[in-house]
Amino acid sequence: MSEETRRQERTPVLLMVVIGAIASAIGIALGLAIDWFPTKASTQAGPIDNLYDLLIILTVPIFVMVSVIVLFSCWKFRMRPGEENLDGPPIHGNTKLEVVWTAIPAIMLVLICSWAYVKLTDIEQAQANEMRINVTGQQFAWSYEYPQASGKPVKSNILYLPKDRPVRFFVHALDVLHDFWVPAFRMKIDAVPGLTTKYRVTPNRLGTYPVVCAELCGLGHSVMRSTAKVVSPAAFNAWIAKQKAPAGAATAPAGGGGGTAKPTVDAKAVFNDNGCGGCHTLADAGSNGAIGPNLDKVLVGKDATFIKTSIEKPSAFVEKGFQDIMPKTYADTLKPEELDALVTYLGKVAGK
Amino acid sequence: MVAKFRAPGMYRAFLFAAYGVALSYAIIWVFRTWYSLDPVFKGEPILELALFLAPLGFLVGLGAFTYWFYWASGKRTLAEDHSGHGAHSWRDYFRINTDHKVIGIQYVVTSFFFFFVGGLFAMLMRAELAQPGRQFVDASTFNGLFSVHASLLIFLFIIPVFAGLANFVLPLMIGAPDMAFPRLNALSFWMLPLAGILMLLSFAAPGGSFASGWTAYAPLSVTAPEGQVFFTIGVQFAGASSIATALNFLVTIITMRAPGMSFFRMPLLVWANFSTSLLVVIATPFIAVSQFMVLFDRALGFNFFEPVRNGDVLMYQHIFWFYSHPAVYIMMLPGFGIISEILAVKSRKPIFGYRMMAFSLLAIVVLGFTVWAHHMFVSGMQDWIRVPMMITTAIIAVPTGIKIFSWLATLWRGVLHLDTPMLFALGFLTMFTLGGISGVMLAIIPFTIHVSDTYFIVAHIHYVLFGGSLFTIFAGVYYWFPKMTGRMYDERLGKLHFWTTFVFFNLTFAPMHVIGIQGMPRRVADYAQQWATWNLLISIASFFLGLSALIFAYNMVASWRGGPKAGSNPWNALTLEWLVTSPPPIFNFDAIPTVVGGPYEYGVPGAVHGVLNDGGAEVPQPAGATAHGGGHGATTQETDH
Repeated sequence: MSEETRRQERTPVLLMVVIGAIASAIGIALGLAIDWFPTKASTQAGPIDNLYDLLIILTVPIFVMVSVIVLFSCWKFRMRPGEENLDGPPIHGNTKLEVVWTAIPAIMLVLICSWAYVKLTDIEQAQANEMRINVTGQQFAWSYEYPQASGKPVKSNILYLPKDRPVRFFVHALDVLHDFWVPAFRMKIDAVPGLTTKYRVTPNRLGTYPVVCAELCGLGHSVMRSTAKVVSPAAFNAWIAKQKAPAGAATAPAGGGGGTAKPTVDAKAVFNDNGCGGCHTLADAGSNGAIGPNLDKVLVGKDATFIKTSIEKPSAFVEKGFQDIMPKTYADTLKPEELDALVTYLGKVAGK
Repeated sequence: MVAKFRAPGMYRAFLFAAYGVALSYAIIWVFRTWYSLDPVFKGEPILELALFLAPLGFLVGLGAFTYWFYWASGKRTLAEDHSGHGAHSWRDYFRINTDHKVIGIQYVVTSFFFFFVGGLFAMLMRAELAQPGRQFVDASTFNGLFSVHASLLIFLFIIPVFAGLANFVLPLMIGAPDMAFPRLNALSFWMLPLAGILMLLSFAAPGGSFASGWTAYAPLSVTAPEGQVFFTIGVQFAGASSIATALNFLVTIITMRAPGMSFFRMPLLVWANFSTSLLVVIATPFIAVSQFMVLFDRALGFNFFEPVRNGDVLMYQHIFWFYSHPAVYIMMLPGFGIISEILAVKSRKPIFGYRMMAFSLLAIVVLGFTVWAHHMFVSGMQDWIRVPMMITTAIIAVPTGIKIFSWLATLWRGVLHLDTPMLFALGFLTMFTLGGISGVMLAIIPFTIHVSDTYFIVAHIHYVLFGGSLFTIFAGVYYWFPKMTGRMYDERLGKLHFWTTFVFFNLTFAPMHVIGIQGMPRRVADYAQQWATWNLLISIASFFLGLSALIFAYNMVASWRGGPKAGSNPWNALTLEWLVTSPPPIFNFDAIPTVVGGPYEYGVPGAVHGVLNDGGAEVPQPAGATAHGGGHGATTQETDH
């Protein structure tokens, strides 16, 4: 084929535009139809998910345009036999075109940013009647603290939240960086040693959602998980009231230490709810963590005092071959009866 | 035998490296005895010192400093008799060699060695991630694998392989006999394998290799076991190597262009490396600082990042990203240059909008320094910084867009030669567009709050660095293979390599967008059951992706050994490196070439970029008097010769 025939061939620009438009429409439809995000459980989730839809609508046509031009060029302009020594037309540029493809993306991007700024202000806006919750991250567990108007704050290893009540998290870290993230709420922030970082969410859907550490924090990073439970305001108030009740008022015998009291706490649940299984293997609880010592091995033949000390003051004895990285806060976050039940349970089932 | 240990070379290098270790013991002994510290021989201080002194000893033993030592001590320096130029056997690649073409090949081969090691680590990670739970490696090894994977592929592959390709072709392209500082060039190369070996050796450290990611965020990196310092110090060698090479490129480009090679007649690869070198020289000292601060925190108790002693944890991230965001462009701009060369030659058309292509590179250099904190949208830094960083991050897509659109316009109505380099160039165009699009999404703060630290980020960076940088590297290696080795690669295997890479690359990394948005965090050895199917699919695809790299390795080795001989200009290209034989003569040009027009005047009847003045022929007048180079509608001077 000669240069002459090439020049006379019509370039099917119209066909290209039509195919591009159809492909973009299909791409956008697919992009909007796919359920990308996890469950939506906060008022912040909606605006973020919608913003993503907007990004899909704006960006799919750009990718389609680039691909369609590349594919059409491969089809229409590829070298055919006999054209080995042929050159294309010496087009050096076109100022108008270049102004257009500089200006249009610039305008588009400024618009997207402005829209994003508005949404950002929305989701971070202060709300009336905010509840403060202190979140503490440490290798490799989360703990939560609910300051009370009177008396000691309520502590927990499970994040209880009342539905529809705005919450503001004050996030701390005890050792290295962590990142406090509930995917269902969409918001996250690093827990930074030496700083208090904050964000707001308003949970608006009942349910149980994973809490995830999103910032690499060491060996146990992938098991640094906890649970968020969004409950009705009444259930939440009942839970707070129960936590505030004097420790052990209902069950523990005065004097303690005797260990004769029948545990009314489900010790296996205590083990699982506090994330013990993330790091430790314990056959009875079905856990196979390998960050810390295997409890089925190291606890065999150990007495209750050793087990209790190891939970309350993990640094007192560190198994050979392991680092002193177990959280030192269980003495605080576990209630005495939970601790006792856990000690009894571990002494009974370890190695069985 | 004794002579071997006395003369510069590998034997003496290893001996001197051992001296370096011994000296570390001695220094620590002296100081700890002096200060009555117990124990006198403490592991970590000795290790930290030895990681500096052993590699330096190696370089001294190898002879990297010999000339300067002679000069500094007033001894008569050895006259350069050029016996070190060129490589006649494989052994010549294992000594100090000041020939930019030998150094270029040393760079490329070394970086590809680390490419395969880093890729292998990725396979091991994917084996572990094929199923939820732990099957294959423990947590410490897994964290080590992804940390070393990223560090090797960033610092020992992408950055240096571009420096290697440019080392070979850039002096040829501007008509220079060598780089401006050949001895410095040799030194920069030899620091590189040392950095890589340090990073790999970390697996032998007590407590395992460095495992805090390639980002090495404090305070995790300050409190991590000793393997961490292999990264902290390895990066210093890789960084020093980068800086020295970048200075070398800048001086070479500014001072050693052939007559008539004005800035606006330079091929865009030269422009790209000029821009990259500016970035490297300005930014790289920042990562050096960040790692020195970590080292001082660990070794000397400086407490830069210890909050209870007024240290500032966020400061680490600011310093780190002030390098590491520009580093993204350090890993991308040279690839832009390669693509511009290939698209013009393989479309048989001038590059569309040459001047805007050059200016957009410079715009990226400037804007690249204004966006670093978009890596820190959820870091807890000052809230207000996020908004300006979002805007600059979005705006940097504009010069990048100019490049994409100009490349598309270059294709338009060309005569496309769809061979392997071109296929990789076109693959780059589409895949990099996807990476750019997810990049713009990541500028948008509310969306990023949700997806930061998830697999969406992993997908994004692999679309940019694999679909972007690596595709350009493959394109460039195939394109200049005939020039570097004097032989042709196997076209059928090349195309097979492209298609397998393209398909399995997408199968591996596209699903990561999905699981990332669904909430799977990155850098985890274990994950929730809901992502099991996706991860299995990703793992299987990644193994095939790994296999596809073997096709490339086989093609390169077999073709280098026994491929058909390549002529001096197999692609019928205009730039100067194609005027000389393949491989080029020892001093590149027997006579200094004269440049008479733009580099991409394809389709302009009778146009030439440069001519070799081999004595008899009349030298055409360089068009220095007229301002235009290859710009819009510039009618290039046509010369008869």
